[in-house]
Amino acid sequence: MYYNEEIETMSREELHRLQSERLVRIVKYTYDNVEFYRKRMDEHHVAPSDIKSVDDISKLPFMTKQDLRDYYPYGTFAAPAESIVRFHASSGTTGKPIVAGYTQNDLDCWSEGVARCLTAYGLSHKDIIQVSYGYGLFTGGLGAHDGAHRIGAATLPTSSGNTSKQIMLMKDLGSTALCCTPSYALFLAESLENDPDTDISRDIKLKVGVFGAEPWTENMRKELESKLRIKAYDIYGLTEVSGPGVGGECECQDGTHLWEDMFYPEIIDPVSLQPVPHGNRGELVFTTLLKEGMPVIRYRTRDLTYLDYSRCKCGRTMVRMGKILGRSDDMLIVRGVNVFPSTVESVIMEFPEFNGQYFITVDRVNSTDTFDVDVELRPELYNGNMSGILKLKDALTWRMVSVLGIKPAVHIAEPGSIERSMGKAKHVMDKRKF
Amino acid sequence: MIIEQLSIFLNNSIGRLSEVTGVLGTEGINMKAFTLSESSDFGLLRIITDDNEKAVTVLKRHGFAISSSKVVFIDLQDDTPGSLSIIMKRISDLGISVESMYAFSTADGAKVVIQADDIERCNKILMK
Ligand SMILES: [Zn+2]
Repeated sequence: MYYNEEIETMSREELHRLQSERLVRIVKYTYDNVEFYRKRMDEHHVAPSDIKSVDDISKLPFMTKQDLRDYYPYGTFAAPAESIVRFHASSGTTGKPIVAGYTQNDLDCWSEGVARCLTAYGLSHKDIIQVSYGYGLFTGGLGAHDGAHRIGAATLPTSSGNTSKQIMLMKDLGSTALCCTPSYALFLAESLENDPDTDISRDIKLKVGVFGAEPWTENMRKELESKLRIKAYDIYGLTEVSGPGVGGECECQDGTHLWEDMFYPEIIDPVSLQPVPHGNRGELVFTTLLKEGMPVIRYRTRDLTYLDYSRCKCGRTMVRMGKILGRSDDMLIVRGVNVFPSTVESVIMEFPEFNGQYFITVDRVNSTDTFDVDVELRPELYNGNMSGILKLKDALTWRMVSVLGIKPAVHIAEPGSIERSMGKAKHVMDKRKF
Repeated sequence: MIIEQLSIFLNNSIGRLSEVTGVLGTEGINMKAFTLSESSDFGLLRIITDDNEKAVTVLKRHGFAISSSKVVFIDLQDDTPGSLSIIMKRISDLGISVESMYAFSTADGAKVVIQADDIERCNKILMK
């Protein structure tokens, strides 16, 4: 099922034409209305008239989260104050938040994006959608709410927290879909399992999970699907660009379709800032093609991923984004080679003998970079054999050499001996002084 | 004869070694033999105890990576010079590759523990 079949399945040639027309318009609109864009483009010696199609997009300068902070609160707004109908803000860990302003058209585009996702997950006006994302400045709650409303579903706006009430309403009203972060969904699932009064297969009517706002793994998907007896889908978005619903998975669960008619994606090399060949991994960059309130042009998300332009089995022609592989901020340069901790992690995960915990230490000794990777043995696969472990160490070392292009010193450690950190795991120590 | 030996993976630290012996001591398990082989950043502690099953359970509970394997245990009653080299020659003649080997001496003669890739065959030829 499609929400907007004409757009979602349009030919790539037609889409290219539509994107080009919209890019030309948004570049002129931002240049004419926002000093920030005018200054940036002038500094880069590029004029709106130089942009004739999306193929010209690489002539335009990038912008970053720092720009949004520097021009806080209204510096990158393009629409007059009286046409702004809503604000949202992202949770900044330090200093000022990122504030986004939306016109009515912006909210309509946003809810259309969410509506396309929900329809792709098989939801319709017949469903009861429980929105357990936080309502407020965070875009999750109201974003999912407006999308659910748009497809005519019954919205149950529980917001986040108060798990026992969430469970009671979920059972009593018979929610058929749950929108929340995957980690909260897992917590909810465990609470349901531990609730003596609940038999999930009898009392819970959920069939779809709409999970986003944080990265999650294929294993988490399997766990959520089996615990809650649902199909679990990814919904992707960010406040700077719009909110949830910049893209979402389809029934194939094989990549996140990005709504390219509204949000133009690029993948760039975070060091050279040049576009990478199709399919290669790099940093995701967005240009909002229709936004009026606070557009962004070539906004660097810092998310590392790749784009797959091959045709999806669902019939949608819109590009599919792979899993988020990490953050470009995390990149290390070791002996002149770019190393992403996420790549190191994925190499380690190829070996079932390791449990996935790791720690990278970079230092400089006698003006040469050292690169040490500690990994932990998975106790169940330990065979007590010295030659076996030495072979395993060699195999990991040479696999890293072929993937990363530099040779690490691999250290195999006891399970549990690499220090765990609370929250976001810290995997890197760079001791070099620059 | 074929007996069971435990192998414990340790980060290269003497502290961890004393933790293993501490755990076993607290649980009343006696170590009959032990040897430590080391690489640059880890060590494998191989032990034979009087209650291997219990040793595995308690060491696992303490988070140790542990596995058990069959080894050939030889009691050299006639502890005469050269008896060990005769054994080694027999093994190498048959092309059995030895993963580890250690010997220790007790009041009633020397004992040898051999961990090899074909333990049944190794045992058969040595028991002759
Ligand atoms: Zn699809």
